[in-house]
Amino acid sequence: MSAMIDRDEIAKSIRAATDDVFTTMLGLEVRAGEAYVERNKPGVADGVISLVGLAGAWIGTGSVHCSAGFACKMAAHMLGTEPQQGSGRVDEEVLDAVAEISNMIIGNVKNAVEERLGPMGLSIPTVIYGRNFTTRSVGNDEWTVVPFRCGEDLLEVKICLAPSRESHPVRHGFPPPHSIQV
Amino acid sequence: MAVDVLIVDDSAAIRKILQRVLRQAEVPLGQVYEAGDGLEALEVLKTARVTLILADINMPNMDGLQMLAQIKAHPDWKNVPVVIVSTEGGQSKVMEAVRLGAAGYVRKPFNAEQIKLTLSRLL
Repeated sequence: MSAMIDRDEIAKSIRAATDDVFTTMLGLEVRAGEAYVERNKPGVADGVISLVGLAGAWIGTGSVHCSAGFACKMAAHMLGTEPQQGSGRVDEEVLDAVAEISNMIIGNVKNAVEERLGPMGLSIPTVIYGRNFTTRSVGNDEWTVVPFRCGEDLLEVKICLAPSRESHPVRHGFPPPHSIQV
Repeated sequence: MAVDVLIVDDSAAIRKILQRVLRQAEVPLGQVYEAGDGLEALEVLKTARVTLILADINMPNMDGLQMLAQIKAHPDWKNVPVVIVSTEGGQSKVMEAVRLGAAGYVRKPFNAEQIKLTLSRLL
């Protein structure tokens, strides 16, 4: 019989990992909202989204999504630079910082859940900035979503995980199984 | 004595933060080299004299554990301490890094104290 994990445990891991990353690396406090389940109905999104793939006996995707302005603020706090009020200019440095933040959050969720689900590999993050884009994870239809508030800013961390239908060796650095429409 | 450090991470943000943390930890920094993956790191090592390496695991082209194995197999580089700084915190990964010869392991997210404590045992 394969190992199982419930959504409350995943949500708890998301809360712990996000709080740890924000407190330790950004010096910011986040407040978690109520976790919920989202069916795979792609809605239109704006801002910055970073996607990280997970693969092993269980496969899936994790994502971190926020506004362009908050992405700039997170990068400034992480790098110890001065956040520029209202500039909202998403450059390479900001995308790199958001990618690393998502890598740490999803990676630490992975570390927590793989105690139950077995070893998983983590992909290199893919980060996207734009307007009116949709994302869809192929094959998985339920996401555990935890919204966070940091002052006036919002951040959303999502994970979908499902047992693999095939026996896969743990792979690192693979691209996430995602399609993006702009 | 100055410490010539090579920081290997595909994130420029983490490379920058680690430099800042090393300064905060009052490590007497000499040259600071950067590489975005294991392959780039091995190229740096061919020409630079390095006394400490901080390296991530999950990177494109060549990951940190593959890089570590090559460094420890090289007669000129095998004594350079390599500290892994990675999101990968599972016991199997830590054990693999230790088996390959890692001198230390710091899990991301990290703070300056954790880096300082790890380096105090090495420098």
